[in-house]
Amino acid sequence: MPFFNHAIETLRRSEIEEMQLKLLRAQARRMYERSPFYHARMREVEVMPDDITRLDDVRRLPTTKKTDLRDNYPDKLFVPPLEKIVRYHVSSGTTGQPTVVAYTRNDIEMWSESLARAFASTGMGESDVIQVANGYGLFSGGMGMHYAGEKLGATVLPAGTGNTRRQVQFMMDLPVTCIACTPSYMLQIAEVAQSMGVSLQDDTRLERGILGAEPWSDSMKAKIEDEAGIKAYNCYGASELSGPLFTECEAQDGIHVWGDMALVEIIDPDTGEACADGEKGEMIVTMLQKEAMPLLRYRIGDMSSLSWDPCECGREHPRLMRLTGRVDDMMVIRGINVFPSQVEHLLYEVPEVGKNFQIVVDRVGNLDTMLIKVELEPEAFTDDILKLRHINRQVADGLKAVLNIKVEVQLVGPGTLPKGESEKASRVIDKRVM
Amino acid sequence: MSLHELRQISVLLENKAGRLAVIAGALQENGVNILAFTIAEAEGFGVVRIIVDDPAKARRSLEAQGLAVTENRMMALRMLDEPGGLYGISRILGEQDINMEYAYAFNRPGKAILILKVTDINTALPRIEASYPEFLEECSGYQHC
Repeated sequence: MPFFNHAIETLRRSEIEEMQLKLLRAQARRMYERSPFYHARMREVEVMPDDITRLDDVRRLPTTKKTDLRDNYPDKLFVPPLEKIVRYHVSSGTTGQPTVVAYTRNDIEMWSESLARAFASTGMGESDVIQVANGYGLFSGGMGMHYAGEKLGATVLPAGTGNTRRQVQFMMDLPVTCIACTPSYMLQIAEVAQSMGVSLQDDTRLERGILGAEPWSDSMKAKIEDEAGIKAYNCYGASELSGPLFTECEAQDGIHVWGDMALVEIIDPDTGEACADGEKGEMIVTMLQKEAMPLLRYRIGDMSSLSWDPCECGREHPRLMRLTGRVDDMMVIRGINVFPSQVEHLLYEVPEVGKNFQIVVDRVGNLDTMLIKVELEPEAFTDDILKLRHINRQVADGLKAVLNIKVEVQLVGPGTLPKGESEKASRVIDKRVM
Repeated sequence: MSLHELRQISVLLENKAGRLAVIAGALQENGVNILAFTIAEAEGFGVVRIIVDDPAKARRSLEAQGLAVTENRMMALRMLDEPGGLYGISRILGEQDINMEYAYAFNRPGKAILILKVTDINTALPRIEASYPEFLEECSGYQHC
């Protein structure tokens, strides 16, 4: 099954752009009429829906920032009628405040369709068995993969995360051909398989990995393909956009962004000017068909470049060529987005520790570790080890609750960590080799 | 201060190479002599506990290094420096219902000194003095030890 939606996937660039303009105009109109948030924003920048006459006019629309999501928690960005909402997912925000994402039935359909097309473009079809080892639940990853797999007509094994030996066992017992997980977890699975005396290449039918939700390099990709004997396909998405949406195709040369789903702009983050085709810059994403919570010109924070060069797979939908980093200080740890500001926010709730902190991220084996050093307040120092451990645990438990990952906390003496905003870079030490 | 009381200085010890040298160096520079010393280890950090000849000076010099310092009142008891010395003391503590949090010991020529962190030193001290005067040792500074 080379195409999932032949008509749309084979559109030429001009046809794609024509469709994008039509969808953008309709979306801008709908937002202006129904979304109190965007109505106000569009009035602020004095743009009416009818002012969008060319695709470039998207740049006249207001952008949406992560802080807008935080400030409008939980539901002020939802677009009526609210009874059409059929699901929520929740993703991490930049502080203690998470982001709630809403979906109508059609949003779920389009999300599944987008990823089903992507799966098909890797060569997958009805006869495939997909083991979804992404997190299920509030995180959109697991369910996104799951619905797309079913939409494609493939068989889905909703394995979820963890219990790696059992994951390997499933691959042996069932004809699993594809696994969806983070790249680092794929390496972990390969390692555990090896320790079990299982060759993923010879003892299983695994052919593909749909890997994403964290940054990874070409060398890590090569290592995965070598150790697991699979083809590794990069996947892109974000909960704010729906969830995992796009992947590389068989050519493994960039991630196709379906033009009817999303309009991606690349801008110079300093000047705000549009970047040329293939030039690296900040990504701005407009979801063209989302209903319950569409974001216009969302500054998602990733750096990338977009290429309209026709792909050897025959599709002309543009490709994200390489995700090269972040505009902000977001880190991805074990597939989970972490902002240093979330840590800072939590520290305000523990009076025994100061507001200075340092995050040390490392990768031990294939698993990310996160150590957070916090300064003890001078008056909180006591000879009582139990009390000190209690402070330590209070911070660790609080961070676990906010970040949703286990962190190690280390108490350090007052005034021993680098100070303040000006040395922001020293707040995070990332030792991982991706 | 009771005759059986000592001041212990505690310093936060970070899990970083060379931290102990900073502490010891500060004491050396100020001519403070360390009589006893122990490190309690927790998750990723430790607490250095020291008995010195001049607690006030020790505290000043450590704080001058920017270190987190705190003081505790400790019970100091002389033990018989022979088999059964600790047994004698611990039996008394039990009989007098004295709860201890931690303890360590050190030797001076001919003397064995037990340092105790008790839960309530104000009630513990008179009980010890009343019950077993033969174990009393003048310890109000190191000079008596």
